[in-house]
Amino acid sequence: MSEIKLKTPLTDKDTEELKIGDKVLLTGIIYSARDAAHKRLFDLIQAGKDLPIDIRGQVIYYVGPAPAKPGKPIGSAGPTTSYRMDAYAPKLMELGLKGMIGKGNRAADVVEAMKKFKAVYFGATGGAGALLARSIKKAETVAYEDLGPEAIQRMEVEDFPVVVINDSKGNDLYVEGAKKYRKA
Amino acid sequence: MREVQASEITKAVRDLFIDANCNLGEDVLAAFDRAIEKDESPVAKEVIRELKENARIAQDEQSPICQDTGLAVLFVEVGQDVHVAGGDLKAALNEGVRKGYGEGYLRKSACHPFTRANTKDNTPAVIHFDIVPGDRVRIIAVPKGGGAENMSRVDMLSPSAGLEGIKDVVVKRIEASGSNPCPPTVVGVGIGGTFERSALLAKKALTRKIGERNADPELARVEEEVLSRINKLGIGPMGYGGNTTSLDVFFEVEPCHIASLPVAVNVQCHATRHKETVI
Repeated sequence: MSEIKLKTPLTDKDTEELKIGDKVLLTGIIYSARDAAHKRLFDLIQAGKDLPIDIRGQVIYYVGPAPAKPGKPIGSAGPTTSYRMDAYAPKLMELGLKGMIGKGNRAADVVEAMKKFKAVYFGATGGAGALLARSIKKAETVAYEDLGPEAIQRMEVEDFPVVVINDSKGNDLYVEGAKKYRKA
Repeated sequence: MREVQASEITKAVRDLFIDANCNLGEDVLAAFDRAIEKDESPVAKEVIRELKENARIAQDEQSPICQDTGLAVLFVEVGQDVHVAGGDLKAALNEGVRKGYGEGYLRKSACHPFTRANTKDNTPAVIHFDIVPGDRVRIIAVPKGGGAENMSRVDMLSPSAGLEGIKDVVVKRIEASGSNPCPPTVVGVGIGGTFERSALLAKKALTRKIGERNADPELARVEEEVLSRINKLGIGPMGYGGNTTSLDVFFEVEPCHIASLPVAVNVQCHATRHKETVI
């Protein structure tokens, strides 16, 4: 399978060209955020306040990394299950978020929002935290340090390997993949 | 009466959690090899090769296989002829968790259910004690990740559902879980006892090694049948499609109330981590 190299931040043109099953290597800045950080971002939006990061064109990685060992930029850092961020994701896409990296199914309204706002959902290999950490060259906490592993980190990634699960046309790799191999 | 020092228990628990999180079992690695051989999907083969490579890196670097190093679950069998000296047993176990997660650079994932404030040291551990004959202490450490745990359920079936009903519940649970629990999964099934007992049986079932069939030949056949049905669902590794949705299914069965049929399904991701020691 061929690999598509993409640089972040992503443009509408980038996301519109991607289709389910595409293998993508991401290079640039991505931001980590999971359950508790999403809730805080969402509360700020509801209150009409500024976010600690400008999310236009950005990619959010649903991850809570393990602590970095001395001399390493980060500990193991694979994706967490994405549906827990479904309640917040459409609002973030409305504000310009272009990509999400995680694992597992998304709700119908999240897939709809991807179509509407030209965003994509990437899957990273769940449980391959030690392998994926090798593509993260630098990481620094930019918000919510008190949340420990749930803090928002700015990550510099190089050829970070992901697969397109939901494209901006509403297709779903999980549905198509299972259909192909189902025997019952 | 044999004396066991609390400090020795702390040290053992510390080492077990680091070992379990960094070194994937040989049984799981062998199951990966079989899946690479057998799965019809090229993407599935590639994903499992990645998981093998990931396990190798984790072992080389002694870093965690997965960043979700779990809530710390402990099965502790205390011989009735053991006297724990030099401290409180439960405190000694929790101290071992604190040290293991701190010194092993493991992620601390324990938080308050409402405020979500992290306890910062991954305690308290979830400890299941058992009193057994003898003068030894057996400790099994099971770091349990949240993604797969969230896909687990207890069903209180009507006894009329029978064995076929039980099989359907397990297969449907895995189907509904889809890509969420990081397939290929291992499935622990606890049947019987009470509501909470069935869940405990399901969790304990996950401490078996891949390929280790139930001693009861009838149940061993049921395990194989359910595994085969699950692997026909097409979900595959990471849910990208394939024939390897689960690596194994383990049933544990105990008598239940005449009115009840409790069935617990505890889902475990491919990072099937458990290590044990006897003191």
